[in-house]
Order: sequence, then structure tokens, then C-alpha cells
Amino acid sequence: MLWLVVAYLGSLVVMFTAAFWRVDSFTGALIRVPTDDNFRALVEQSVYRRVALRSLGVAAVVTVVDALLALPMAVYMAKVASPRLRNLLVAAVLTPLWASYLVKGYAWRTMLSGDGVLNWALEPLGLKGPGFGLPATTLTLAYLWLPFMVLPIYAGLDRIPDSLLEAAGDLGATAGRTFRTVVLPLVFPALVAGSIFTFSLSLGDYIMVKIVGGRSQLFANIIYDNIGVANNLPFAAAAAFFPVVVIVLYLTLVRRTGALDNL
Amino acid sequence: MLRRRTMGRRGALGVAVFAAVTLVLAGCGGSDSGGDGGNGSSALPSPPKMELPQTLGSPEGELNIIAWAGYAENGSNDKSVDWVTPFTESTGCKVNVKIGNTSDEMVTLMKTGQYDGVSASGDASLRLIYGGTVAPVNTDLVPNYASVAEFLKKRPWNSVNGQMYGIPHGWGANVLMTRTDVVKPAPDSWGAVFDANSPYKGKVTAYDSPIYIADAALYLKATKPDLNITNPYELDDKQFTASVDLLKQQRSLIGEYWSDYTKEVQAFESGDSVIGTGWQVNANLINGGTKAKVSAIVPKEGSTGWSDTWMIAANAKHPVCMYKWMDWIISPTTNAQVAEWFGEAPAQTQACDQTSDKAFCDTYHALDADYAGKISYWTTPTTSCGDDRGNVCKDYAAWTQAWTEIKG
Repeated sequence: MLWLVVAYLGSLVVMFTAAFWRVDSFTGALIRVPTDDNFRALVEQSVYRRVALRSLGVAAVVTVVDALLALPMAVYMAKVASPRLRNLLVAAVLTPLWASYLVKGYAWRTMLSGDGVLNWALEPLGLKGPGFGLPATTLTLAYLWLPFMVLPIYAGLDRIPDSLLEAAGDLGATAGRTFRTVVLPLVFPALVAGSIFTFSLSLGDYIMVKIVGGRSQLFANIIYDNIGVANNLPFAAAAAFFPVVVIVLYLTLVRRTGALDNL
Repeated sequence: MLRRRTMGRRGALGVAVFAAVTLVLAGCGGSDSGGDGGNGSSALPSPPKMELPQTLGSPEGELNIIAWAGYAENGSNDKSVDWVTPFTESTGCKVNVKIGNTSDEMVTLMKTGQYDGVSASGDASLRLIYGGTVAPVNTDLVPNYASVAEFLKKRPWNSVNGQMYGIPHGWGANVLMTRTDVVKPAPDSWGAVFDANSPYKGKVTAYDSPIYIADAALYLKATKPDLNITNPYELDDKQFTASVDLLKQQRSLIGEYWSDYTKEVQAFESGDSVIGTGWQVNANLINGGTKAKVSAIVPKEGSTGWSDTWMIAANAKHPVCMYKWMDWIISPTTNAQVAEWFGEAPAQTQACDQTSDKAFCDTYHALDADYAGKISYWTTPTTSCGDDRGNVCKDYAAWTQAWTEIKG
């Protein structure tokens, strides 16, 4: 545990120290003289703010979409389905995780393309699919991370004894009221746990937007583009501050809600 | 009990911070190849001085190289496609190939010092030379170099001050690809992808890399002569801003920027893209299928392109094997095999007699110095303008930041 903390935190500290350095533009060597040039560039040029907000938006939408989709699925699986059907459904939710990330991404690319299955299905209704772009990226990411939302909620719901729901019914609550006042508060920690996955995975994603994102870019692409031939590791490290700070804030808020205590 | 647990956590955190600080200080203490100069010196710095080997000893028995996919086939993809095994049989060098997917990856891998050589594209090669990661090559020790196409020797991306830093492998142009059934009449100019009133808005594609800024500069070289662009990779502030502005305008036409050649093939086949920058190999793949037909031309303004070079690491552990490999890969038979498998023009002029498709060199214009001359090969932009403007040009870091702005 100690080794993990040292290796993990140690490498993070080293990386963030590099954010205050810069590279000699000709030789590519690191100039280890502290400067705030990188952070100034990130703050002053509007494109970075725009992309950062866009990435936060995508991560938030993906989380909300997944929560809305996962709740009914998990409720059905945990409380309504027969034991045999429940096992089948859990297996069905888990199976896509066996398929490679890239395979799923390219499958969505084929489906969302101009002559793809989505446009074909919507044509009789006179509608068109989103094509490639941010909506497509959000859709694909929501699909990818859905199992990570379904399973914690399912586990959380599973822990709620049926007797609670029956008692609520006996006291005169409708199904809706029971769900709102009994089930939701109890399943809230699981919802939050699932949201940590979907939010952080979406915030850091730089591959899916290259596959189905058309001409758009997300914040993680900025970090990726500055490593390698551009050789601007300090700038990439400075940019990396943004997702780290966001996630640290997110986790602090999560901790405040007390959701982590009950897991 | 709660207090004891908190103490434990605090203690662990303290050790972690201490260890991290120690690591950082240790990192600061080390020296690195480039030194701490960098105050914008007016003279062009030269690459680090390195000894040229004069003779080759006996092969070391092993070789570790980084290669583009398809450049070092050993039969694992297709049993009949193998030029690595014959090399091992002939020299005794066992070859370990690491596939690099992008120039970025290759530069990063070479810097680890664990590889003997790399097949570098022009946008990576200068970075490797000036960073001291690769060594100059004594071409007298590479017999097959003599019959390499003359127009590939001593070029800006593979040599410095007349000293070669690698052996040319093969080259290709970034062509203008169009769907013949959709785009009529067939365009002969890059203007077709920059035209603000294009009827193909939303279906134009461009290469997803900062190096694409050179394509805009190349177009402006022909259409805006008062900008005085002579080399699309040596752009001063005014030329650079004009190119970036052109690309920002182009963005509204773009359906997708492509970085993976299979993505472009698929986009053209499905009709999501109908016009844009592509590679000959993409066009061949599309035309070899049944879904679509495309044409691929070098427009009248010329094209950017890439010319790959095998480079040897500065402190290679197996330098003799690497020299033997460089000689092997440009031998007529092997270079023909590589060029046909990958789909590019071979650097070796004698390879044209060895290709299985006798029209191969014609399709790829391998011996056509004029065609090759219309290509502005990828090279790493640096602050040096290479002429009397001095060091006011934009380096690749600036290109990358501009590319981020262009994509928005």
C-alpha cells in the first residue's frame, strides 16, 4: 500500500513539477527554470477554456444519461426479474466489457456513418442521425460506460430488503412515492459510485472522439497532442492539472455527501 | 481507534511526499544532452558531435528496432511476406520489432535508449537528430545506398550540413482524393478543399496533425505570392497566421479529420467524406474494393508528402546489426517487397525491376524526379528559417498549439 502511494503520488509530483518548466524550442531539451508560461497560455487563450468546458459538459451529460438508463434497468434486474432471468441479465450487461474498446468504438462509427444503420432506421420517420461529432461521442461514451453504472446500482438495490418495500406499501405509499422516498435515498451512494466511473472515464477520454467525433476535440486530446513530436511535455503536464483538479474536487464533493461511507 | 487509523494514513502520506521530493531533486541533479542554453541564440546550433564509424566489425547477434506497421514483416502477418527471417539467416542478427503507431510514439520510444534504430518520418527525424538521439550514418558502409534515388539524398529531413543521418526507405505524397461519382468535374487544385462555397461542405476531410498546416501554406505559396512563402515548413509570423486563418475557415467545411488510414478508407466508402487529403495506399484499397471509386492526384500546386528514413540510435547497443539492416532493407529485392506490401514508392531505384507488379513503379512514380520534386516532404519545423530571416520561424510546438486552436 505504501509502495503504491509512493510510486503513484511520487510520479504525479514529478509530472506536475515539470509543468513549471519549459523546453528549448530547438534542441527539445528541458529547461528546468521555474516559469508560469504554460499556465498563463492555458488561462489566456480562450480555446483551452472552451475545450475544457466542452469536456466537462460531455462528462456530465454522459453521467446523467447513464444514470437515467441504468436506474430502470437495475431496478428491473434487482427487484422484478426472476432469479434465473436476473442472472441472464447480469451476464448480458457484463458481456460487452469483454469486447475491446476499439471494436465497440468502430462498431458505433459504422452505425453512425452516413449510410449506417441509424440513418437507415430513422429515414422512414423523416429524421437523420447525429452523424459524427460531439453528440455521437457522448452517445458512444454513454454506451461504453453503462455497465459501470448498472452494476453498482444493481448491487446497491440488491441490498435493500424487500420487506422495506412491502412495509412502505402497507403504509399506503404508491410505487412512485416508495421509489422517491425509500429506494432513491438508499441507492444514492451506489449512484454516486457509478458516477465516479462514468465522469472520470469520460473526462479523460481522447480516443473515442477521434473515432466518432468528426472534427471536434476534447481536453485530453490537447494533452496527448503535446507529447511526442511536439515534445512539449511541460505544457502537457500543465494541461493535465485541469482533469486532476476537477476529479479531486468531484471526489471531495462525493465524500461530503457521505456516499463513500456506506460502500 | 479512529485516531490511530488517521495517524497511519498521515504517516504514509508523509513518507510519500518525502520520497517524491527526493525523486524530484534526484531528477534535477542529472544532466541531459541538450544543456540549459535556449535563450534564443542567433546562430543555428549544430547537432551534438558524434564519431562516424569507419569500419564494421562482426554482427552482434541481435537487433532492436522501431518500425511503422508493415515495414519489418517477419511472416507473422502473412507467411509469404517475410524479409526479416532471411536477414537473420544471412547476418545472424535476431530482430525484435516494436511497431510505432505515430511519429510521436517513435520519438518517445527512441529517447528511452533501448532501441538500435527507427524508421523515422521527416517530422520526427530532425527532432531525433538535434536531440542527440540518433547518430550520423557513414553511407560508405551501406553498399546499396549508392543506387538509392538521387532526389532522396542529402535532403533537409535526413541530413545536416551535407552529413546524412539515415538511409532513405521509401516515400509517398499526400494526394487529393475524390469520389469520382460525387465530385464533378474532377478538381485539379487544392482550392477544392479550401473553397468557402464548396458544394461538398460537411464531407471534406483533412489529415489530423499539426503538420497539415504545411498543406495550407503550400496552397498559399501558389495563390498568394505576396506572402513570399518559399518553404511551407519555414513560416514566419505573417505566413503562419495566414495559413492558420485559412485552416480556421476550412473547418466549417470539414466533416472529419482523419489520422488512421483505415478510417479514411471507410469514410470514403460510406460517403461520409468525398474529397480531401489521402495516401495512394488508401486510394488503392478503396479502388480494390467494390463500394466506391476514387481518383488520387497531385494537384497543380504540388503536395506535401513523407519520406521515411532508417536512423541509427546514438548509443546503439548493436550498431553493426543496424548497419546490416539498413543495407538489407534498401537492397533491390527487399525494398521492392516492402514498397508493394505497404503501398509506397521504394527509395531503391533497382527495386523497380523486382516488383511483382511490373507497373508498380509507374503507379507510384518511383523514378519520376519531377513528380517527386513537386512534393514538399514532411520535416520538423524549427525556429530557424533557413534563410536571411534568421530564427523567427515557428517551431513545431507553436504548430501544435495553433492546431488546437484550428480545431477549436
